[in-house]
Amino acid sequence: MSTAVAQQTGDENPLVEGLERLPVHPTALVIFGATGDLAHRKLLPALYNLAHEGALPERFELIGVSRRDRPDADFRSDARASIEKFSRRKPDPNVLEGLLANARYVPGSFDDDAVYAELERTLAEFDQQAGHPLDRVFYLSTAPEFFPVIAGKLGAAGLNDTEKAQVRIVIEKPFGYDLASARQLNVEVLDEFDETQVFRIDHYLGKETVQNLFALRFANALFEPVWNRNFIDSVQITAAEDIGIGSRAGYYEGAGALRDLVQNHMMQLLALLAMEPPASFEANRLRDEKLKVLEAIVPPTVDQVASMAVRAQYGPGVVAGTQVPGYRDEPGVAPDSRTETYAALRLHVSNWRWAGVPFYLRTGKRLARKVTEIAVTLKPVPHLAFQSTGSVGVQANQIVLTVQPDEGVSVSLGAKIPGSRLRIRPVNMEFRYGTSFMSESPEAYERLILDAMRGDATLFTRNDEIEALWGIIDPILTAWHEDTSSPVPQYASGSAGPEEANLLLAEGQRWRRL
Amino acid sequence: MTQDVWSEQGTTPDAIEAALREMLRERHAANEALAPARVLNLVVIVDRSWKGEIANRLERVGRYHASRTILCAVEEGRKTLDAVAVMNYDEPSPGVVGVMHEQVEIDLGVDALAGLDTIVDPIVVSDLPTMIWCPHGHDEALEALRHMVDVILLDSDDVADPADALARAADLLSSAYVVDLAWLRTTPWRERLAASFDLPEQLEMLFELDSLAIRHQPNSGASAVLLAGWLASRLGWKVAPLRSDNSSPPHGTAQGPKGPVEIELDPLEQEAPGLAGVTAACGSRYSLSLDRGRGGLRARERINGDEREWQVLGASRGEGGILGEGVRQALLRDPTYGPALGAARELSS
Repeated sequence: MSTAVAQQTGDENPLVEGLERLPVHPTALVIFGATGDLAHRKLLPALYNLAHEGALPERFELIGVSRRDRPDADFRSDARASIEKFSRRKPDPNVLEGLLANARYVPGSFDDDAVYAELERTLAEFDQQAGHPLDRVFYLSTAPEFFPVIAGKLGAAGLNDTEKAQVRIVIEKPFGYDLASARQLNVEVLDEFDETQVFRIDHYLGKETVQNLFALRFANALFEPVWNRNFIDSVQITAAEDIGIGSRAGYYEGAGALRDLVQNHMMQLLALLAMEPPASFEANRLRDEKLKVLEAIVPPTVDQVASMAVRAQYGPGVVAGTQVPGYRDEPGVAPDSRTETYAALRLHVSNWRWAGVPFYLRTGKRLARKVTEIAVTLKPVPHLAFQSTGSVGVQANQIVLTVQPDEGVSVSLGAKIPGSRLRIRPVNMEFRYGTSFMSESPEAYERLILDAMRGDATLFTRNDEIEALWGIIDPILTAWHEDTSSPVPQYASGSAGPEEANLLLAEGQRWRRL
Repeated sequence: MTQDVWSEQGTTPDAIEAALREMLRERHAANEALAPARVLNLVVIVDRSWKGEIANRLERVGRYHASRTILCAVEEGRKTLDAVAVMNYDEPSPGVVGVMHEQVEIDLGVDALAGLDTIVDPIVVSDLPTMIWCPHGHDEALEALRHMVDVILLDSDDVADPADALARAADLLSSAYVVDLAWLRTTPWRERLAASFDLPEQLEMLFELDSLAIRHQPNSGASAVLLAGWLASRLGWKVAPLRSDNSSPPHGTAQGPKGPVEIELDPLEQEAPGLAGVTAACGSRYSLSLDRGRGGLRARERINGDEREWQVLGASRGEGGILGEGVRQALLRDPTYGPALGAARELSS
């Protein structure tokens, strides 16, 4: 009997079909900033979980690079402690030991040629052990000022390319702090690496709910027919946090809410929500469609900013029954700081699908509740045959995608209140990941690290996307920077944000309750 | 974990279903943040005397609990239905949805098996896929429910003769999707073989393999032959029945596109069920061995005389994890199991 089902020639691996885990070629992962907070809280635990599940490449080598001088053994023991503390599952000692047994640490300043010479020597040693060159992934988890330095030094050392293996560079956010710096960083990185080698990370794109936007929109005939200006009244994207800046004053004072969340995460959500269906989910097809949306958002002039953007700072207030200080009273924050902890925008996507539909974005710290959601409000029905007396009445349908904390989708519908009269009130039809799937969602970093090692850039941001994102935000930053006299609105900690944000809304619209 | 419990002796399917509905209503009214899981019905048919052992196995599936589990405990001579329904949940933190899982245990007699569908059908959650598992046989029950189930969970390693086990799986596959725990025991091995041969140089070797040795726990012959069947089906080998006698393990020759492939299945004592190792080679030019080790697999590769050894990382799932994976697989579809099963049957016939 012939059981041939597989292709026998060419580059296709016939063993891959049907497997949930796709092969990843042998890889050496180099983490710059390996002693930093992100590495210890997110990257190392993510690597452990991938190892636990058998998802790492057959051969996997880990190299940490950082300024602190220390032996390999100290790096391994610190990494072990971080994994034990932050991993989403209790580590298996044998897997953990295997993951770190051969891990190396290269100490030194990121601008020191000796670091790169040592890196080259260590990578060559790993290649020798494997009998072939390993793919390289350079993960830049450092302060942003080191991104061009490291990219340049990797290029100068010839580590940006290798024969018979792939070299990739993963760059953490923030990618630039305005349009000019983002362009400059793109130039400097792309001087040394081809765009196909560059993976600009936005961990929001690794979240299951964000990816579920694709499924919701493009795998259901129910939604796409109404996903346009004819049926949609407005869109609200909210990323609210109930915590303050904690110990991040040093970073936050120079960033603010607009750079911290709007320019990257929230604009990505907008692009995914508003883009046209791509022909396929190949990385560039998808990113082409996102780019078209971003390019259809006409950036405001500096003069227009006051009418489409609101900034504010949290003042003192009560959160969860506890009195908390205002932003300007936080340690490390200037008493006259003008850095925004809250930003709200009204944007328009000027194309046939979305013309006239306002997209409202808001984010803030120390708000009433932690929630990230996208709410799509449909237009009201054109005629109502029911009397509304004695009930809340018919309200516009809303489709709400909750990204966190309780991932899911809900659709509000008008339903008859039981009784002898025909009275209507809104009810919710809910889908929650927790009730509809048995699987636990992997951490976003697990998915993204694996994708970077596989060379799949679908969930990473391309250079032109980055520049388009900054192009929208830049005039707002400029206007706020230039305005040094008008008072920055304050909102009470634990509240829903400043009153001024209501001025952005069209008549009859209101922000969703947090 | 908090539990709401209802029980009744001499009950009916309608009463059980009504009790479940009422428990859900009451619990949701008390706490709107509690919602029932709605993923999968799992119907399990067991000997009453082994009910506890199966219940323990089901508890160890980790997060892969079916939404509604209906455990039918069969007892010789019983004439009535006795049932216990339990609603399991953790009180959720503020702002978070809590998930409730329902478990029903029904004690019933052998006489009830022929009409088991009339007992189970009213109790399953409509519109959810239904999976059945009969770890103690009870073919009559399986036949009665066959028309209403979407997925059949079985373990071909539970049957002494792999040929019988695989024939049974093939028969069931004709009417429902089959999730075979013997097949799932091969998953890490299949993934690792696929990854090991994914580099261009190794991919060339894959098409030129001329020997395959699979080492397995003596009771996991079905897993071993399924792995061989998978490679045969993926690589287009023409397979023939393996030979076996008292002095040698099952062995034989398949015809690959580029020449004969020697296949051998070697029983090897080990504590854990499943595979112990696999070696794939093409002459003296190349061989790859993967063997079970601590914290993953131990890989040994020989290319033109140069030998290298390393650890492939991965935690053992254990039998609880494999059963949990079996429940999870009810919602997925693996297109390679059927062809692998076909080739495995040829090898073991």
